[in-house]
Amino acid sequence: MSEHHGPATGIQRWLYATNHKDIGTMYLWFSFAMFFLGGSFAMVIRAELFQPGLQLVEPAFFNQMTTMHGLIMVFGAVMPAFVGLANWMVPLMIGAPDMALPRMNNLSFWILPFAFAMLVSTFFMEGGAPAFGWTFYAPLSTTYAPPSVTFFIFAVHLLGASSIMGSINIIVTVMNLRAPGMTYMKLPLFVWTWVITAFLLIAAMPVLAGAVTMMLTDIHFGTSFFSAAGGGDPVMFQHIFWFFGHPEVYIIILPAFGVVSEIIPTFSRKRLFGYSSMVYATASIAFLSFIVWAHHMYTTGMPLAGELFFMYATMLIAVPTGVKVFNWIATMFGGALTFETPMLFCIAFVFLFTLGGLTGVMLSLAPVDFAYHDSYFVVAHFHYTMVAGAIFSMSAAVYYWLPKWSGKMYNETMGKVHFWVAFIGFNLTFFPQHFVGLAGMPRRIPDYALQFADFNMMSSIGAFIYGFAQLLFLYNVVQTIRKGKVNTDEKTWEGAEGLEWTVPSPAPFHTFSTPPTVK
Amino acid sequence: MYLSTNQLKKRRFPAAALALSTLSTGAIADPSSRWQTNLSPGVTELGQEVFDLHMLVVWICVAISVAVFGVLLYVLINHTKASGRTPATFHESTVVELMWTIVPALILIAIAVPATNTLIKLYDSSDSDVDILVTGYQWKWKYEYLSKDGGETFSFLSILSTPADQFEIGATAEKGENYLLEVDEPLVIPVNKKVRFLVTSADVLHAWWVPALSVKRDAVPGYINDAWTIPQKEGIYRGQCAELCGKDHGFMPIVVKVVSEKEYEEWVASKLSSSKADLTEKSLDELVASGEALYNKNCSGCHAVNGTGIPGVFPALKGSSIALGDVNAHIDVVVNGAPGTAMSAYGAQIKPDELAAIITYERNAWGNNTGDAVQASDIVNFNQ
Repeated sequence: MSEHHGPATGIQRWLYATNHKDIGTMYLWFSFAMFFLGGSFAMVIRAELFQPGLQLVEPAFFNQMTTMHGLIMVFGAVMPAFVGLANWMVPLMIGAPDMALPRMNNLSFWILPFAFAMLVSTFFMEGGAPAFGWTFYAPLSTTYAPPSVTFFIFAVHLLGASSIMGSINIIVTVMNLRAPGMTYMKLPLFVWTWVITAFLLIAAMPVLAGAVTMMLTDIHFGTSFFSAAGGGDPVMFQHIFWFFGHPEVYIIILPAFGVVSEIIPTFSRKRLFGYSSMVYATASIAFLSFIVWAHHMYTTGMPLAGELFFMYATMLIAVPTGVKVFNWIATMFGGALTFETPMLFCIAFVFLFTLGGLTGVMLSLAPVDFAYHDSYFVVAHFHYTMVAGAIFSMSAAVYYWLPKWSGKMYNETMGKVHFWVAFIGFNLTFFPQHFVGLAGMPRRIPDYALQFADFNMMSSIGAFIYGFAQLLFLYNVVQTIRKGKVNTDEKTWEGAEGLEWTVPSPAPFHTFSTPPTVK
Repeated sequence: MYLSTNQLKKRRFPAAALALSTLSTGAIADPSSRWQTNLSPGVTELGQEVFDLHMLVVWICVAISVAVFGVLLYVLINHTKASGRTPATFHESTVVELMWTIVPALILIAIAVPATNTLIKLYDSSDSDVDILVTGYQWKWKYEYLSKDGGETFSFLSILSTPADQFEIGATAEKGENYLLEVDEPLVIPVNKKVRFLVTSADVLHAWWVPALSVKRDAVPGYINDAWTIPQKEGIYRGQCAELCGKDHGFMPIVVKVVSEKEYEEWVASKLSSSKADLTEKSLDELVASGEALYNKNCSGCHAVNGTGIPGVFPALKGSSIALGDVNAHIDVVVNGAPGTAMSAYGAQIKPDELAAIITYERNAWGNNTGDAVQASDIVNFNQ
């Protein structure tokens, strides 16, 4: 270890960072900041929907809020959070000294602040920010878009480049830098889910880049890819978008599956049940994610045969997803459970994600989807999978690994308070949205008929509670780092397994300079 | 648990219907109730079938949840460290893993069969009695009654009729019963007839959605999608645009009035006779007066009531070179639209006498004092 130097000092440490831990830390803080930005847009949305009538914002601005909330949460909060987690944990879990491509790692992070600065700057442009939904369906996002759409397109290009570089790095690292004896079928499940996610990203992001490039030429160079008047096809936009978009939702959720598969065994004091079926289930979900995209488009007028194909393929996803849920419960079954904050978030994940999965089966049925489509039922469904899925697992991951990252232990009581406030706030926000959706409330509207008033008010109150819970989260993290009880145990948790628990806490700047041997 | 779902499936209609009756006649007798928590079967046979399928899947999901969460809860209560257990060491079981792969797959197949049958029915729009072309515009609907035998057709626009003083920021007026779900002129269709909707759009995507009629179809520019309904009960049914279509997406409702066949035929006859344009010459004052109301109804969504538009998105008309410049250029933009922008071709939407009033108003309001009076005949001549 003696030949290695420590980190550079001051701003240079971060600007020129090539260390996976520093870059991981920057990703995590960046995504945390974006989480609060996207969350504040959600607060504006819920405040406007608190009661019928327009009170706070004009409809045009409301649409900017829904659009930017989706874009920031998906591309700015959740994806970079899991990339940050991968940066920190993948080398530690496979016994590698660092990521395989450290300079590219630096670039893939530093693209992000510029991309989001460009995206957020659209608020200050004439005509305002993108207001066409995070799915940016043409021609609302082309012919009818505000001029700022061009900046949105370049921001998406940058995000795609960043994601692809990050993915290549993860794949190369796992393929080449595994410690001796760390065979593929011994990889921690978090590493497996990230490798599969990285392949999804490499396949899906260029398709997104293609979609926005066609938009760019439609807007500025007189092409008509998506304009019916010029012989183009607006429905083709949706096919291309969702060929990216559906894998994208698995890009978000697979690393979350990985996190949960690490944490549940620890606090059950029992090995993960069905390891190999977990790996195969993840791979199956990834494969299926590429052949189900048009279930987002049942009402676009696809031919019957197309509807049937996409309906059957989509229903199939329930099988490997069910396997995962059953495996997690079987892992807990017969264990000796304790309920520290990370475990609470993971149990809530299993419970709430399953609810989101069941509404997913309902939505997969084309004839009934004609009733659900574009209603608040869909909003409830995907927040049960995305928030209770990705965000809850990310919260679990932070509490679980923070002692390793910082060498400090969080306050368990405060962690539990955060969990319960988040759990109650989340369900109060999104459960009533199933009801208003079934009763006929369309999504993405700034004002609604009087019959939806009560459930919307409930939903808004829940959202404010959930928003407050995130302030507790921030407080907990900051307090732990500043004043937390010092925790130098290599193995923070009694039941924890894995190479990351063999290095000191806090993890030193360089780890595994000499590879460990895995038996 | 799987046994009970299978039983449920075999007796699905009675079981689901029973479940439905407790749900829908109990707490939520009135479908527009503020505590409605479920889909409504609506007033069509297809809607009832979709509803039954929905309830079947809901109950299967409930059964699965009870089983899965039951085990989870049991584990959380009993298999804890606090209870002094030593953790078990098993971590795989081929039999169990195969079971929970195969059983869910079988349940899915059992759901797929009725779903396929219903979808096939939903797609069968053949043998319609009435055909209506539904065109979405930012932010209104146009309904054109097509003729089966090449006879006369007629069309009209249907626009939100809730006054702005009920919803705009700082609004003080009390909100009406059908707040945001009311239009100036509803679609009228006959009861117990197969009505086919040909749905398209003139600008961005919209979606025509009336839950009670079990119809939701995307309106896509350049495409004509079809959907159908056979309403079995007279009444007024309300819906909304379901696809984000810009600023006023939340303000383009749909109202459908289902009437007896006799009433429908009388209504068609009166529409046919009143859809002719009034080509008589009008004074400037008359044109401006009627133009103001028409402008506020059709144009103010983008160009604003005071003609200032929305900077960067929709151009102002107050002091604009078009409203102050050559009359024919102004007529051209209104009649033919401005390709590549959000300005659509109003020649196809609004009658010539009304267009004339709107253009006259635009040229004489907000300080645009051109003094030009555009007559209906000017529009007709321009089109020729």
